[in-house]
Amino acid sequence: MFDFLQDYDLAGAVWTTVQLAVLSAVGSLIWGTMLAAMRVGPVPLMRAFGTAYVNIVRNIPLTVIILFASLGLSQTLGVTLGGGNDFETINFRLAVLGLILYTSSFVCEALRSGINTVPVGQAEAARALGLSFGQVLRLVVLPQAFRSSVVPLANVLIALIKNTTVAAAIGVAETALLMKEMIENEAQLLLISAVIALVFVVLTLPTGLILGWVGKKVAVKR
Amino acid sequence: MSSVLYDAQGPRAKRRNVLFTVVFLVALAALLWWVISTLNDKGQLEWALWKPFFTGTEAWSTYIWPGLQNTLKAAVLAVVIALPLGAALGIARLSDHQWVRVPAAIVVEFFRSIPVLVLMIFGLALFAEYTDVSSDDRPLYAVVTGLVLYNASVLAEIVRSGILSLPKGQAEGAMAIGLRKGQVMRLILLPQAVTAMLPAIVSQLVVILKDTALGGAILTFPELLASANTMSGYYGANVIASYTVVAVIYIALNFALTSFASWLERRLRRAKKSTGAVLSADDVETADAGTVGKI
Repeated sequence: MFDFLQDYDLAGAVWTTVQLAVLSAVGSLIWGTMLAAMRVGPVPLMRAFGTAYVNIVRNIPLTVIILFASLGLSQTLGVTLGGGNDFETINFRLAVLGLILYTSSFVCEALRSGINTVPVGQAEAARALGLSFGQVLRLVVLPQAFRSSVVPLANVLIALIKNTTVAAAIGVAETALLMKEMIENEAQLLLISAVIALVFVVLTLPTGLILGWVGKKVAVKR
Repeated sequence: MSSVLYDAQGPRAKRRNVLFTVVFLVALAALLWWVISTLNDKGQLEWALWKPFFTGTEAWSTYIWPGLQNTLKAAVLAVVIALPLGAALGIARLSDHQWVRVPAAIVVEFFRSIPVLVLMIFGLALFAEYTDVSSDDRPLYAVVTGLVLYNASVLAEIVRSGILSLPKGQAEGAMAIGLRKGQVMRLILLPQAVTAMLPAIVSQLVVILKDTALGGAILTFPELLASANTMSGYYGANVIASYTVVAVIYIALNFALTSFASWLERRLRRAKKSTGAVLSADDVETADAGTVGKI
């Protein structure tokens, strides 16, 4: 029944999906944290930039961003991201770039919502105790903010894992592209779909359950 | 200005802010200069490539408007079908009977953990194999099917957390005056929950609208993004120009929806006529640990 699987590199495709997800998660965590720092910081110009970036990028479909990365950035403007002449490498890197640019706006909002849950009274009380600015942030505000960011960040991560399938639009050999190829060549629609669905359930469900449990565990009860 | 992160600023902090502003401005200017000079080097700023969008209506009437119509058609169809389905699933998940509650929960969790694109590809093959839908209509059917399956389960979660956000006393009071279970849901809980959920539902519309673009890129559905590709072929490889125009349209549409959602949320919070809390999209995400966000 599952004979046809031997003709296809399912493990390789899933591995590509995982690579896309992990690299984009790390990248968007870094860029998203920087954006969040700009958005909540005291410098008006940086705040404006952060707000504009989030509002613009969040409202463009990821598909448009990734296709533009391939057709516009790479094929028209000649950006190769150090991939040389190897199209597979270039497209993979472009997909990661697109995912990072898109996802970081959601990471920024998740972190900001975490900071917004900390009541101003916490910082005021800390200042009244005589703590310095650094101490207020390090000992009082940020620990509470990070704890309430865990669940929203987990949701962003799950959405990111599912969004990696959009890379199929520029021919990155990940799971959704393999599914399309298999459906076109084999007369096993339901079986193929069940296998692919299982792959994504296995990738996303435990992530949600584990991080959701961690989030509840560390949440600040108010 | 004072926030939880920093206090009202004194003279030293103000000087430092000016320094940061200048440094940041220089960095932004450098980035902008790099973008413009690269575009210029590759000849992408030539008027001929941008002209179709600013003079004459051909580009708009032949490519953009039909594409936009298809985008909106798919999105509206998906919303209209997914809303009642989502409401039914959400209420089923709150049922007192295990044989209703558990299957509904399995369906919701299953479809939320699968990418929309996978559902769309499945839909396309399904319609090709088991129905006699013509091959011209198949992409639309597949896009709507994928969007409905995914968004019905997300909307089910929104409905569920909307109802759960109401104070317990509402249901208890209704039962105390002798209403039956169906009446409690229909007359007491749902009307209050609907107002609470409205902002979250409007935010979900943005997700649906954005996801229609997948159909254009992979299922040959002739929507707005697909028309950008046709245009750039027709007008001499003006990829940058076409994509910029299309992106601006998406941003304008979605920004209007997002602004409407947050206006609605502020207004409902201010009115406070109902007893329930107002549910923003973020609240729904945090309401249930294993949930999938609104990306």
